[in-house]
Amino acid sequence: MEYVSHDGLRIDGRRPTEMRQLRAQIGNVSKADGSAVFEMGNTKVIAAVYGPREVQNKSQQISDHALVRCEYSMANFSTGDRMRKPKGDRRSTEISLVIRQTMEACILTHLMPRSQIDIFVQVLQADGGELEFISRTRSACINAATLALADAGIPMRDIVTSCSAGYLNSTPLLDLNYTEDSAGGPDVTVGILPKLDQVTLLQMDAKLPVDIFENVMQLAIEGCKAIENYIREVLLENTKQLEYRRGL
Amino acid sequence: MDSRLANSWRLTVNEKNFIKTALQSEIRIDGRKPYEYRKISIKFGRDDGSSEVQLGQTRVMGIVTTQLVQPYRDRPNEGTLSIFTEFSPMADPSFEPGRPGESAVELGRIVDRGLRESRAIDTESLCVLAGKLVWAIRIDLHILDNGGNLVDASNIAALSALLTFRRPECSLGGEDGQQVIVHPPEVKEPLPLTVHHLPIAITFGFFNDESISVIDPTHNEEAVMSGRMTATVNANGDICAIQKAGGEGVTQRVIMQCLQLAIAKATGITKQIKEAVEVYNTERSLRKIKRHPTSVGTIVQGGQTQTSGKEGVSESPGNHIERLKQLSGETCTSQSSEERKTTSTDGNAKNLIRGPTTWDPYSKGVGPELLKTSLASQGTSMPNEKQDLRNEKKPGEAEVEGHHPEDANPGSSAINESLTGLQTKKERTLEDAVKPKSKRKKKASSKTGAS
Repeated sequence: MEYVSHDGLRIDGRRPTEMRQLRAQIGNVSKADGSAVFEMGNTKVIAAVYGPREVQNKSQQISDHALVRCEYSMANFSTGDRMRKPKGDRRSTEISLVIRQTMEACILTHLMPRSQIDIFVQVLQADGGELEFISRTRSACINAATLALADAGIPMRDIVTSCSAGYLNSTPLLDLNYTEDSAGGPDVTVGILPKLDQVTLLQMDAKLPVDIFENVMQLAIEGCKAIENYIREVLLENTKQLEYRRGL
Repeated sequence: MDSRLANSWRLTVNEKNFIKTALQSEIRIDGRKPYEYRKISIKFGRDDGSSEVQLGQTRVMGIVTTQLVQPYRDRPNEGTLSIFTEFSPMADPSFEPGRPGESAVELGRIVDRGLRESRAIDTESLCVLAGKLVWAIRIDLHILDNGGNLVDASNIAALSALLTFRRPECSLGGEDGQQVIVHPPEVKEPLPLTVHHLPIAITFGFFNDESISVIDPTHNEEAVMSGRMTATVNANGDICAIQKAGGEGVTQRVIMQCLQLAIAKATGITKQIKEAVEVYNTERSLRKIKRHPTSVGTIVQGGQTQTSGKEGVSESPGNHIERLKQLSGETCTSQSSEERKTTSTDGNAKNLIRGPTTWDPYSKGVGPELLKTSLASQGTSMPNEKQDLRNEKKPGEAEVEGHHPEDANPGSSAINESLTGLQTKKERTLEDAVKPKSKRKKKASSKTGAS
């Protein structure tokens, strides 16, 4: 099947280096300290952050820095077929681990000892129906978590942005959608700290030679930088709104 | 990783600083260089598809089993591959029994991604009946000892187990060709899996200061390091999977460096795995050769070829029973007295102990009823003779062995010698043994004529 036409257009009409539409909102969950909804194309994710607050389980308290917990789940209605087990299965456990470790790297945890920061991420709409191919939610989850943490005012080293890229028909493609992902080609998900220019998250599956991998990873990093610009705009807009409401 | 559990062990601050300081001078606490791997040893169990890998202090056991199941609906003609990990509490005090923790799940998924997504195993060859029955391969990884870097060791264990695994052969049968008959390994030789390439997982550890990275971290180093990356590569220079789940940020340049290093290491490890599997395979085929007693039995009955006496004896009780039947048949047809019966069986039994001979038991055309009756009568007397013969065996044997390489008819000469040996006990041994068989008589006479 041809994923990139002769004119260089993909199935959904995008160029190989074009991302899907981004949409973000802050402050949806009023009870949470910080929350955000992030949409990347057809994938929609909501994140809520509680903290820093007192550690619920005293035995897990760490004396010199904050404890970061993360829980990832998918809503039953997020995929085509109703999901039987939204959390607790191996995939959710792994993604929870990934998100937690990614955010832990950028939060300044030593400023908040003996406290706990909870990040809850829920997928409301996952592009596509089959369970296996829903790896794109990882990028949206990390972006949503970043926004929610910023909304909660938790001190961070830098914002974390994430994007994925693939390689089909000998072309590196940015931000795969469901059809392209189910082609079985390689899928590289990258999470970076843009200002520090460091890669914090890197996951890849399916085979790829090293030199092509470098190109694909570079493309994904460019995508992350574009998302960073968008996130900064959203945060700036939100701050302006807050100032306006306070009468400044 | 699971440092929140109450049982977790933490390094002291002094130890952590020591490790970090040593790393700044490119020295690791176990004496390795930063990019040096620990010694890998791969051992296999007796059954196909079980391996035990030791990477320094880390020990992991991998077992592969298979089952016929229904395929997934969206992949009707592909087999399935699933990986289960068990972090046994004996490996580390922080491992809890029961449901796998986060690190167990992550390990399983890294190994799974490396094998499945890169298409290392050919799943289409596992299809039996499209849409109905496929082979489901299940890999169980048991962590026996946590000395650091469980991912790499588990990956090697899974690969070695898969390479030595043999699945039963099955064929379609039944009226409509829809029934699947699974052949047990004794009937048809089981088949190995089709493995296209070997994805090797190499883990790097990153530390806070000045982007120091090490390969194959030990348990202590894992407690100190602030980030890890596992690159699954194969010897052809392809990257099969990468897992860097957060942690310390590193520059792109460092990542590419690590990948190049991983590919270099992967070739060495691939060679080691293949060598170990080769050794196992040759051992296995040697074992198979010794396993068949029926082949030796046919040699005996034909009486044409020679095998060393001892081997003939040690081989098989089945063979023994066959020859007993032949013997008893013969003694019946001889119609000799009780004593003679015993002596002839005596001689023949002794013959039995020594090994195959050249006489043809079926020359007389023994009937089944005779066999049955003779067996019944001989049942009690035989064990007694055996006792005597065992004692006699040694002196007689020495003589026999001297003759074995020489002649085409060692059997008759053996009989002669043994019988002469026995003559002190039972007088009429030689004639009685020789008498009932016409062929034997000829041979004996020819022998005496020749000598």
